[in-house]
Parts: sequence; C-alpha cells; structure tokens
Amino acid sequence: MTDSLALLLVPGLPFFGFLLLSIVGKRYFPKQSGMVGTLLMFATCAIAVITVYNYFFVTGKSVDGVYQHIHAYKYVWLPFTDTLSIDMGAMMDPISMLMIVVVTFVSLMVHIYSLGYMKGEERFAIYYSYLGLFTFSMLGLVLATNIFQIYIFWELVGVSSFLLIGYYFDKPSAVAASKKAFIVTRFADAGFLIGILTLSYYTGTMDFDLMIQKLTMPGAELTAITTAGFLGISALTWGLLLVFMGGAGKSAMFPLHIWLPDAMEGPTPVSALIHAATMVVAGVYLVGRLFPIFAMSCPVALDVVAYIGVFSSMFAAVVACTQTDIKRVLAYSTMSQIGYMMFALGVSGYGENGLGFTASFFHLFTHAMFKALLFLGAGAVIHYVHSNDMKDMGGLRKHMPVTHIVFLIACLAISGFPGFAGFFSKEEILTAAHESNPVIYWCALATAGLTAFYMFRLYFSIFWGKTYHAHKKDDHHADDHAHHGEAPWSMKIPLIILAILSVASGWISFGSFVSSDGSPMHTEFHLSAAALPVGLAFVAIAIALLMYGKANTMPSRIATTARGLYRGALNKFYIDEIYMFITKRILFGFFGPIAAWIDKNIVDGIVNFLGMASENISDTLRLMQNGKVQNYAVYVFSGLLGFVILMVFLWR
Amino acid sequence: MSLTLLVLIPFLTALFVIFCRTNEQVKWTAFIGSVAQLGTALFMFFDYTMLRKAGQNLQFLYEENHVWFKSMNINYHIGVDGIAIAMILLTALVVVAGVLVSWKVEHHTKEFFLLLVLLSTGAYGFFISLDLFTMFFFLELAVIPKFLLIGIWGSGRKEYSAMKLALMLMGGSALVLIGLIIVYFNSNVNGQHTYDLIALSQNKVDWQTQLIAFPFLFAGFGVFTAMFPFHTWAPDGHSSAPTAASMFLAGISMKLGGYGCLRVAVYLLPDAAQHYSWIIILLAAIAIFYGSFATMMQKDLKYINAYSSVSHCGFVILGIGMLTKTAITGAVMQMVSHGLMTALFFAAIGMIYERTHTRDVAKMGGLLKVIPFLSTIFIIAGLCSLGLPGLSGFAAEMTVFQGAWQRPETYARLATVLGCASIVVTAVYILRASGKVIMGPITDEHHKHITDAKWNERLAAILLLVAILAIGTAPFWLTDLLNPGSQEIMNQITAR
Repeated sequence: MTDSLALLLVPGLPFFGFLLLSIVGKRYFPKQSGMVGTLLMFATCAIAVITVYNYFFVTGKSVDGVYQHIHAYKYVWLPFTDTLSIDMGAMMDPISMLMIVVVTFVSLMVHIYSLGYMKGEERFAIYYSYLGLFTFSMLGLVLATNIFQIYIFWELVGVSSFLLIGYYFDKPSAVAASKKAFIVTRFADAGFLIGILTLSYYTGTMDFDLMIQKLTMPGAELTAITTAGFLGISALTWGLLLVFMGGAGKSAMFPLHIWLPDAMEGPTPVSALIHAATMVVAGVYLVGRLFPIFAMSCPVALDVVAYIGVFSSMFAAVVACTQTDIKRVLAYSTMSQIGYMMFALGVSGYGENGLGFTASFFHLFTHAMFKALLFLGAGAVIHYVHSNDMKDMGGLRKHMPVTHIVFLIACLAISGFPGFAGFFSKEEILTAAHESNPVIYWCALATAGLTAFYMFRLYFSIFWGKTYHAHKKDDHHADDHAHHGEAPWSMKIPLIILAILSVASGWISFGSFVSSDGSPMHTEFHLSAAALPVGLAFVAIAIALLMYGKANTMPSRIATTARGLYRGALNKFYIDEIYMFITKRILFGFFGPIAAWIDKNIVDGIVNFLGMASENISDTLRLMQNGKVQNYAVYVFSGLLGFVILMVFLWR
Repeated sequence: MSLTLLVLIPFLTALFVIFCRTNEQVKWTAFIGSVAQLGTALFMFFDYTMLRKAGQNLQFLYEENHVWFKSMNINYHIGVDGIAIAMILLTALVVVAGVLVSWKVEHHTKEFFLLLVLLSTGAYGFFISLDLFTMFFFLELAVIPKFLLIGIWGSGRKEYSAMKLALMLMGGSALVLIGLIIVYFNSNVNGQHTYDLIALSQNKVDWQTQLIAFPFLFAGFGVFTAMFPFHTWAPDGHSSAPTAASMFLAGISMKLGGYGCLRVAVYLLPDAAQHYSWIIILLAAIAIFYGSFATMMQKDLKYINAYSSVSHCGFVILGIGMLTKTAITGAVMQMVSHGLMTALFFAAIGMIYERTHTRDVAKMGGLLKVIPFLSTIFIIAGLCSLGLPGLSGFAAEMTVFQGAWQRPETYARLATVLGCASIVVTAVYILRASGKVIMGPITDEHHKHITDAKWNERLAAILLLVAILAIGTAPFWLTDLLNPGSQEIMNQITAR
C-alpha cells in the first residue's frame, strides 16, 4: 500500500464511520453500531501502525540518517491569492507519525472499552459516530501540512469535543460544560487565527515547511517580520505568541484551563480519549510543529511557553491535591502533565541541544498510555460505584481486583516510579530543565512530588481506606452490584493492554526516532539526576499512605492548619469566578445591554422619529389643503408678496 | 441560452399561478416554477464553467442588449460574470426552499405565492442587469412584494414592521436613484450620457462626481444590506415576516444591497471607494461587533438571527471596504454563504415556531428529544453561523479575514481583529440559544407531543444543507467561479 493511499485511509475510515453511523446506523443497526465503529477503528489503527513502521524503519530516513518531511499528498483547498492557499494534505515526519499511532491506538482502546461502558445507551450509534468524527478530526490535525489546515481540524476537534461533552444533552450541567469548553477554546482560537494571519502575511505562505524555512534562514521575510512591530513587540513574537494562545487554549494552560475540569461531564471514555490522551496535547503538538521558528528566531516566545507551562503544571498539581471528584483530580493532573510537556519544549534548544523537545514528545507518548488507563480505570470504578466522588469509595481493591492492579500501575507510572514509563520520560524532562533553567527545574521537581502525592491520595482513597459497603447507597444500586461484577471483558481488555504499555512504552529508545531536527538524539541516563525526584516520589507516596491508607483525621487536620491555601486550592483559586465576573458582569452584562439599548433607542429612535416627524409634518401640511378658496388666495398672495420683496432686495 | 429566461420563468409562473383554481394547484405550480428556475440556474452555472474552461475570457457572458428608452439611452442590457452566477444560484436555491416551507400557508394562498414568485423576478433581473436603470427597475420590483408579504401574512407588530421596512428600503432606493442620476448626467461616452455599466467602467466619471455620487450609492445599497446605522429595518422586518419572507429577505434581499455596493458603487467609482475606504471599514467593524453584542441580548429566536445577520453582513461590507481581491472574493462568498445559512436558520426557526407556537428562548427546551431532525438542522445552521469548518461560513469568513489582513494600515488591522473577536461572541449566543432550546430538559409539557419535519420541510432543509456543505467542504469551486469577477473589480481599483 502506498503512503498516500494509507494516509488517506487513516483519517478517511473514521470519517466514513461517522457518516455511516450517524445517517444509517442510528436507524437501521443501532445495537451493532459499536461493533461497526470498533472494527473500522481497528482497521484504521492497523493501517496507521504499518505506515508508521514503514516510515521509521524503511522509507523515512534520508541517506545521512535524518528523518525527512514527506508530503504524502497535498491538494489546494481554498486559494486566497496566487501563492497563499489553504491546502489539505498529509505530512509524514517523526512527530506526525508518533501522533497517528497514539491517536488511533487510544481511540481503538476507547472504542473497545465503550462497547461495555456505554452498552444500553439510547444514543449508542450517535456516540460511536461522534467518536469517529473526533478521531477523523484529530488525525487531520496531526497530519496537517499547512498551518490553516491545522486550524480547520483544530476547530473540528473542538466541535467533536463539544458534542461529546454534551452527550448527555438533557443534563443542564453537561450542556453548560460543553458550552464552556467550546467558548473558552474559541476565544483562544481567535488569537490563533490572528497569529496565522500575521505569520502568513509576512512569509507569504501557509505551508509549514516553507514557513519554517523562511523564518529560520536569514532573508527578506525574516528581516521584515522582525523589524515590523506593534506596541514595541516584533510581528514575529506577536505571531508566535498568538499561535501559542491557541495552543494554550486547547491544552488547558493557565489561564485558559478553566474548561477542562468541567469537561469531565462527558462520558468517561471520552475524557480518556479527548481530554487526556489526544486533543489536549494538540497545543504541545502545535508548538512542536513550529518549534524551529520558536527556537531559532524567537527565544522570547519560547520563554513564555516555558513559564506558562511550568506555572500551569504547579498550579494544577496544587489544585489536584484538594479535589474529591476523581475525574476532576485526573483532569487537573492532565493539565499538570501537559504543563510538563510545554515547559520541556520551552527549555529546549534546536538540534544538538534538543533534549527538551525529545523529552516532551516522549512524555506525550507515555502520558497518553497511563493517563488513558487512569481515566478508563476511573470509569470502571464509577461504573461500579455510580458516583464520581471519592467519599463514596474506599476499600474497593477486593471488589475490583483487575482495576486495582492496573490503576496502581498507572499511578506508579505517572509518579515516576523507576522502571515504569513515566519515570523515563519525566527523567528526561527534568534533565533538560536542569541543564537550562534552575527556577524551572526546582518548580518541576516540586510538581513531581505533588504529582506522586495526589495520585496516591486518589489511589488509596479509592482502593484502601474504609471498607466498601454497596448497601449504604439506594437499594437498587446494590442490586446492580449483584448483577454486574467488576466490569465486562470489553472494559478489562483495554485496561490490561494499556497497563502493559504503561510500563513498556518507557523502554523505547525514543530519542532515536523523535528529535527536533530529525537526526537521532542520544539520551543518557544519570543515576545521580534520578535520585532526587525518585526519592521525592517515595516520600510523597509515603505521606499519602499515612494520610489516606486508613481512614483517619489527619487530612482534615492538615486542611484546617493550612486553611487559606486549602480553601484557595479547593475552589481552584477562584479563577472561574474571576472569569464569570469579567464575562457575565462586564462584557455581556455591560456592553451587551448598552449595544441593545443604543440600538433600540438611539439608532432605531432616529428612524422612528423621522417616521413620526414626517407624519406630523404631513398632518400639518394637510390642514393647508382645506378646500377654502379664500385661504388659497391668501397663500398665493403672501407667496407673491414674498417673491416681490425678495426680488426688490436682490436687485438693489 | 438566453439570460432572459431567468426573468421569464418566474414571470410565467406568476401568470400560471393567477389562473390556478385550487390551493394545491397554486402550490405545485409555484414549486414546479421554482424548480425550473433552479434547473436553469444550475444549467447556466455548468455552461458558464465550461465556457470559461474552454478559454472564453470576456468579462460578461451571455450578453444581450436591446434598446428600451431610446431618448434617455436606457437599454435592456444583460450579461453575467461569476459573481452574478453565484448570486443567481443562491436566489434559485432559496426560492425553492422558500416555496417548500410555505406549503402550509392557508390564507390567501394564491396571492402569497404570486408575491413570492414576483420577488424572485426582481432579484434575478437585478443580478443580470448591466444597465443601471434596468437594474434599478428590478430593485424596486423586489421591494413592493416584501411590504405586502409582511403586512398581510406576518405576525406580531406586522404593520409597523412592514411600514418601517418599506420606508427604509424606499429611502435606500431614493439614495441609489440620486446617485445613479448624478453618475448619468456626468457621464460622457461618445458625447452621450449613459447608464451602461460596461461603458461607464471604461470611461470613468471624473473625480469630483465620484466623490459626490459614491456616498449616495453606497449608503443606498447599504440600507438593503442592513449596513450600520441603516440596519434597524432588519430585526423588526425579519421577526414579523412569515418564514418564507424572512428567508427571502435575509437570503436574497440583503444580498441585492451587497451586490449593488460592489457592482455599482465600487466598480464604477473606484477612486471614491479608495477615498472613503476607511469609513466603510469603520462602519463594518461597528456593525460586526455591535451587531454581535446586540444579538447577545435578544430572547426571540428570529431577533437573534436578524441581529446576527447584521453582524454577518458586516463581514460583507468589511470585505468590500478592504478593496483587495481576496477580500472582495471573500465578501461575495460571505453573501452566498450567509444567504444559504440564514435561509436555513429562518426555515428551522419557522418550522419550530409552527410547532411550539413560541419563539421565546426561555419558553423552550430539550427539543432534540422530540424533534431530532429539526433540532439537528437548527444546530447545523448555528454551527455554520459561528464559522465551523466544513460549513460555508468558515471558508467565507476566512477569505474575508485573509484579504483584510493584506491591508497594512493599523485601523484596517484593528477592524480585522475585531472581526476575529466577534466570532467568539457569535459562538456565545449561538451556543446559548441552542443550549437552551435544543438541549437541556424539556421545559414545556405541550412540546412533548410535537411532530418532526414533513417531507416538504425536510426537502427544503436538505437542499440548503447540501449547498452549504458543497461550499464548506470544497470551497475552491466557488473561489474559482468568483475570482475572475473580483479581478475585474480590482483592475478598476488599481487603474488610476
């Protein structure tokens, strides 16, 4: 199979699934839709894996061992001028190949898992069709050859996310969350759009390769874009920062993160796919895509990426320590880990010094595995307990042994326990940070400790602590437990596969595949560097064990001691409230009514006034035509008189 | 292939409608007539594309020129370029959909369909005219039926709205007429005054005349396209109009204005257009932003769509005001896209209104459960309005933005940034309305028993939807169609 055909099929099959299931499937085979979708996804994943294997081991390398950018196909989609156009295409390079594996694989896992999790849902076919739509959009995004193509699919993943968060559309909270996610990311995307306009205006192209070439080599375009500026900042910096704004919105970086925790209203498998493994890392991917420009021409913008990344990472970790909704804990944890990937890019250099770049994508890869596992595991727990709140859980290890083991593996992986996947990728990130920026390094280290703490807080609260009594909830729930055990096999299989990968994915020699310039990156492992973070993780796990291993009063005592911090973190540092104030009160509560008032009273008022005035004038004028000849005579004579007077004065 | 067919078919349809006996006959006659129009328009589109492909590079094809008023040098001069073809296709599609959604009009059925068909005659005539006076004649022909449609078959404050709309549009026409007369009397082609578009484009009127005539023409046509601050007829007019009339009003009638601004004001008075460019951009930016904020405050679905139309037509004006080729192409794309999208939106709103008997957002909820087809249509129209890729609005808006960004002046950049920001506000009000009406729990017990769309309604919606998708998924055919036309306009602007 040729690359171009394969890369047409990879996004094509999920799209076909979307059309098939939403138009035909819903009516004619609602029950079998899940199976149809899963089989299509399986085919997609298989093709993707074969293509990627070919790229990395057969066709991808040039003679000197550097991975190339190969355009599998490219069509002009919307021409703007003779040179500027939106193209639809597929680019093969290490990061896009990495992403299609991650996307198709996690999507396949979620498809299989949902067969059990979503069974019996009324809109089963629609659910699978939306999953297909999402997978299609995400694949189009990562394969993009053109910055506008990325924007198009960027919007499409946004809308699929909207549809899936609002899947339970009769639940007001789900509707509100879906709106919030869409609007916040849309706001960021407006910045992204302006960034694209700026960059493409100066470079005269939207093609990634050409744009990177023009903005990294000295030349007329680079001079123009760095000398032009607005408010003392060069056009290049504006362009890159605005593009990054788009990325920060999708990747839930502070302060655009507020939609992510609410997005947990969607079905849990959806959270695993979209809001943990794939869509939310699109921002990292975007910065990675434009990385040469950031690194070589605009270090200022890259510093912004680094600081926003590291701040988001810490911020989210602190908040995660206090949340009690298990999905929200995972959401904040996702935000924190994406912050890790972001600042890894931010501290990275290009070429030889590109350890951060490699580490970032390595972490993206391993994170996709263990975070998907965490979400799917949490889904199994929620499926069993019928609650999201960890207060309703505890002691579940005997009730759900498989889930317990895989969840433990995932927690160890994310905490950076030696030998597990997260350990390797996190080590690389910390090494990269250590080499470039001490502030970021120490913040990152602290975050690593916090991560281990809140993950094990979660783990102990779910599976240890108090003993679990199903009967304390309503009775029919208890009956449910008698009927269904831990989880059906369709849910367990993906959990087990992902658990294996949460260990195995760390052992890949990642640097030889993905690097900032395509040539293999040699990463070394230093025991001395690993000692500190690992030690910290151990301590954090121990503290979590003390606090949550058995039910006790320590957590509440600590919460009262550090009351200010605790309440701040519990309320997510009031960021939502600030947004609410700005948007509801100021923007829509102030400008909206003013615009509406002006329209009703002033603009329309003038129209109505003109209408009334002409009516009144006509009314007055009508009185003159009253049919009395003597009156007409008076008008005629007074007119004549006036005319005569005028003439006399004018002639003199 | 004679262009006159486009005017003749609706005219003949109107004649047949007069002789129909039953309502069924009236409806089917109107339907068949409108389908014939669509067929003709599609045939013309393909024929035109073929001719262009074969290397035909005249500016206007299918030209015909007959003397009408010899003494005043008024001719029935017609011909089309890609831009006109696009507008004709739009009109044909909206007319078929409009006839289909009016299937249930029971009161004075014959007159209703007669007026609908007459309206389309005016629109087609306007788009094909190459003689300014003939163009004006058809413009007027399109105004009167609207007044009657709203005044007789409307709802709410229909007399007020109809009167307001008619008076404002008449005022707009008066401005246009003044502008035309100024141009006419200052033109000199072979020693004669002329209304001929081609002759005028080749012999530009002098600078002073341009400066005086341009505001009249632009503002006059601007009234039709609901340009700020002449937009207030739109919300009242749309909301009182019956569904089909709303669709025509927003889908076709507002486009008459945009087309006029481009074809007459900018094309014939290009120097003045450059001179006044900043005012146009300013007004467009206000319309876009202010329109979207005013929409936020509306509670009636039709008002929401009407104000959002003001905002969306702001993009048309913005594109025209930027005076770059890409922006002009974008403006026309936006006209087509907005025409289709808003027609679909009004159709969906009308159909929902027929069932729930309310258009108040607060009084509806969870309709997706009971009427999935209509709800899906509503959501898709909304997504098109907020510029989702894959639907027509995205391609059009992006082309406008891209073209606008080619203007390096800071105020133009700021206006574009405002435009980009407004798409966020659009998302807010669209999602807010659909979140309440379509999603969420069902709020009214009576709404649990309403039925989904009938065949005619489905057909109308699918027809518009297919066109929206055709532009949204493959916009290149539309830009290919429009680009030669906008290039001609650009040549006028750049030729000093």
